[in-house]
Amino acid sequence: MPPRASKRKSAPPNSSSVTSSDGRSVSSKAKIKGLEKIDRLFNTYANSSFGMIDPEGIEALCSDLGVDYTDVRILMLAWKLKAEKQGYFTQDEWQTGLKALGVDSLSKLKKALSDLEKEVEKPSNYEDFYTYAFRYCLTEEKQKSVDIESICELLNLVLGVQFRPQIDSLIEYLKVQNDYKVINSDQWINFLRFCKEISFPDLENYDAIQAWPLILDNYVEWMREKHS
Amino acid sequence: MENKAIGLDKGWDYMQKGITKLKRILEGLPEPPFTSEEYMMLYTTIYNMCTQKPPHDHSQQLYDKYREAFEEYISSTVLPSLREKHDEFMLRELAKRWANHKVMVRWLSRFFHYLDRYFIARRSLPTLNEVGLTCFRDLVYQEVHAKVKDAVITLDTGAYYSRKASSWIEEDSCPDYMLKSEECLKKERDRVSHYLHSSSETKLSEKVQNELLVAYANRLLEKEHSGCRPLLRDDKVEDLSRMYRLYCKIPRGLDPVANIFKPHITAEGTALVQQAEDATSNQASSATGVQEQVLIRRTIELHDKYMAYVTDCFQNHTLFHKALKEAFEVFCNKTVTGNSSAELLATFCDNILKKGGSEKLSDEVIEETLEKVVKLLAYISDKDLFAEFYRKKLARRLLFDRSANDDHKRSILTKLKQQCGGQFTSKMEGMVTDLTLARENQANYEDYLRSNSAAHPGIDLTVTVLTTGFWPSYKSFDLNLPAEMVKCVEVFRGFYETKTKHRKLTWIYSLGTCHINGKFEQKIIELIVLTYQAAVLLLFNASDRLSYSEIMAHLNLTHDDLLRLLHSLSCAKYKILSKEPNTKTISHGDYFEFNSKFTDKLRRIKVPLPPVDERKKVVEDVDKDRRYAIDAALVRIMKSRKVLGHQQLVSECVEQLSRMFKPDIKAIKKRMEDLITRDYLERDKENQNMFRYLA
Repeated sequence: MPPRASKRKSAPPNSSSVTSSDGRSVSSKAKIKGLEKIDRLFNTYANSSFGMIDPEGIEALCSDLGVDYTDVRILMLAWKLKAEKQGYFTQDEWQTGLKALGVDSLSKLKKALSDLEKEVEKPSNYEDFYTYAFRYCLTEEKQKSVDIESICELLNLVLGVQFRPQIDSLIEYLKVQNDYKVINSDQWINFLRFCKEISFPDLENYDAIQAWPLILDNYVEWMREKHS
Repeated sequence: MENKAIGLDKGWDYMQKGITKLKRILEGLPEPPFTSEEYMMLYTTIYNMCTQKPPHDHSQQLYDKYREAFEEYISSTVLPSLREKHDEFMLRELAKRWANHKVMVRWLSRFFHYLDRYFIARRSLPTLNEVGLTCFRDLVYQEVHAKVKDAVITLDTGAYYSRKASSWIEEDSCPDYMLKSEECLKKERDRVSHYLHSSSETKLSEKVQNELLVAYANRLLEKEHSGCRPLLRDDKVEDLSRMYRLYCKIPRGLDPVANIFKPHITAEGTALVQQAEDATSNQASSATGVQEQVLIRRTIELHDKYMAYVTDCFQNHTLFHKALKEAFEVFCNKTVTGNSSAELLATFCDNILKKGGSEKLSDEVIEETLEKVVKLLAYISDKDLFAEFYRKKLARRLLFDRSANDDHKRSILTKLKQQCGGQFTSKMEGMVTDLTLARENQANYEDYLRSNSAAHPGIDLTVTVLTTGFWPSYKSFDLNLPAEMVKCVEVFRGFYETKTKHRKLTWIYSLGTCHINGKFEQKIIELIVLTYQAAVLLLFNASDRLSYSEIMAHLNLTHDDLLRLLHSLSCAKYKILSKEPNTKTISHGDYFEFNSKFTDKLRRIKVPLPPVDERKKVVEDVDKDRRYAIDAALVRIMKSRKVLGHQQLVSECVEQLSRMFKPDIKAIKKRMEDLITRDYLERDKENQNMFRYLA
């Protein structure tokens, strides 16, 4: 989730001028041209002193793309770019990602976003994306867990559409319980499994004897008490 | 008819077909009955074979083959069918086979009739009829007659006892019914030895047992006023022994008895627990502890009583040992008035062992009682909780109760070790050893003082050095010691450093005792107080009157501690300090003065300081230790197995720890999660329920 933008430090650079033609072959020329366009697009949003797109840049990108920076599609974009650090896109990441998307301009990127959604939803990609979403929140070095508040937002963003009732209920529980103040990756993965495998809202096929994380055992107990 | 002679084989082949057809009819298989032609052909074949000129006269062979036909049929078909049946069914089968046999004899003798007319008469041999019947007698009757007799008698006896039982069960009490049953069995056994085959005895006894004991087992045992439960309640040892004797011979016969035994004990035990609960809630709080101690005593008595049943009446049968164990495990783990049974048991031991405990008992009785307590410990799942409470109380006894009996101390430790393993008692043994060493140490210290007279602090000091790992953890505060005591501490430290340089001494003033002379107006009284109390009193050597806050500032104690201290000195039995205002409780604005008018008839008094309730801390400490123990067990198991399923891991963990406590599944899960976060374990990617050890 891209964090809120901080104050800009320097003015954004202007777009660079068109390169002159030389004796290179057409396809490589096209490649170079494509790469140049990608780079140009990069420079539109990058913070020149860091050499990468920072949170402010991402915000600007979002508004240009016509999506809210809290939109899940931006998270998907980060996933596609394999962005390491939340709120930042390096030039490498940008280049590789946009090439993989096959886009080199803003309008193409806009279109690609909806295709991206479908790509993420493919079962083979979904789990990867889901795990990525958690990792993306580990902003500190050696951080292994994410605080409850952020997890609730993330759950809503990532799973909310597909599993609305489960997520709403789970978020409610996470906010009232006080056994856990942070969630680790093992628990995170099991949230998805829970939504996929356990029938809702009866929770009939949930068996606490199995290896579900304790937090889900507690959640199920809480649910059963509420509904008894 | 042809003139050619019929060969024996060919002729017999033909006969055999007829015989086979006859057998099929007898067996009830679909077969059309003999036609007149068939009959005539068979008869004529025999006739011809018998009237042929020698050497083709086959009369003798045919006569033999006739008998063999019966023998063959009986051996191959009739006897097996009888052998596989028993009792009533066998009798029915026998009747059927006998009827069949007569038919077979009739038919075959008709086919072979010609033999009867000349051959048999000439040779004076038994007739075909006789031969047929003799075969049956020789083969069948010989074999089964004993069985038949038994079957008939058993059937008869069974019916007899069934009738008797149905009337007895209505009228008789359980003990009477059992007496009658025992007699009947004895009578039948005697009867058998007189005129029946000994192999019948088992069958017969079984039948009688069945009719008398098995058929009515439930009604008998459950009889309201005389059944198993009342017998247990009223110590009817003889009747219970008889019950065991009667039912132990029946396979699984003891199960219903055990199934009454166990819930009965559980109910009695639970009732005791409930009684204790009720009594404590009714009585005033000053009687706390008494009801719980009574409960332990009663539980011990209950155990003695039912263990006696198991060993005497029930001949130490494992089924009953198991029932007793499971019953006790149920109610021994219930909490009573918020105290766990582990704690109650530890308090009970403490009371017996400490000087001035609630009972004055002889050594023998103490030993015996301790032995029984250790037995009860086996049923408690939170053994580690007991250990911790016991250790805390042992520490108090060791440090304050110097003259309490050493032998008992050691003997209970030995018993505990046997019951729960060395790990359980190692710390406690360490504590006891520390004290022995401390005495030596003290002697050395006194020698040291003698040789360094300048170093003497001016006050007699006895120090007990405790090894940290063995003793419960004590908070040590930075009490501001009075100057006199500071010197003591320094001198001892000097001495200790001559002995060893590598150890750090931490002083626990909360455990120290002090003898102070109080110079009261009437007389000097020696006060035995705790070091903390002494520190407070010594302040009054310098000032006549001190406020609460001044005392607090001087000594650097917490409010909780100070309240207790001041209370013990000014509001309890002995008012060494007088308080202004003279209320029953201490408040922060109070003022204190040395009460010079205080006196007592004794020359030396002990001013007690009631100890803080340690329960919460003990429970916390035990919980912490349990977390480490679970971690260690999980890592140990995973290290050796490398990959393991969740359920198996949990059950192995529970098993490993069962000697000390029963781990909660949730606690195990939580520790597993912690180990995952700390990268000791990981979940298998493919199978959510499998875990992998990360080296």
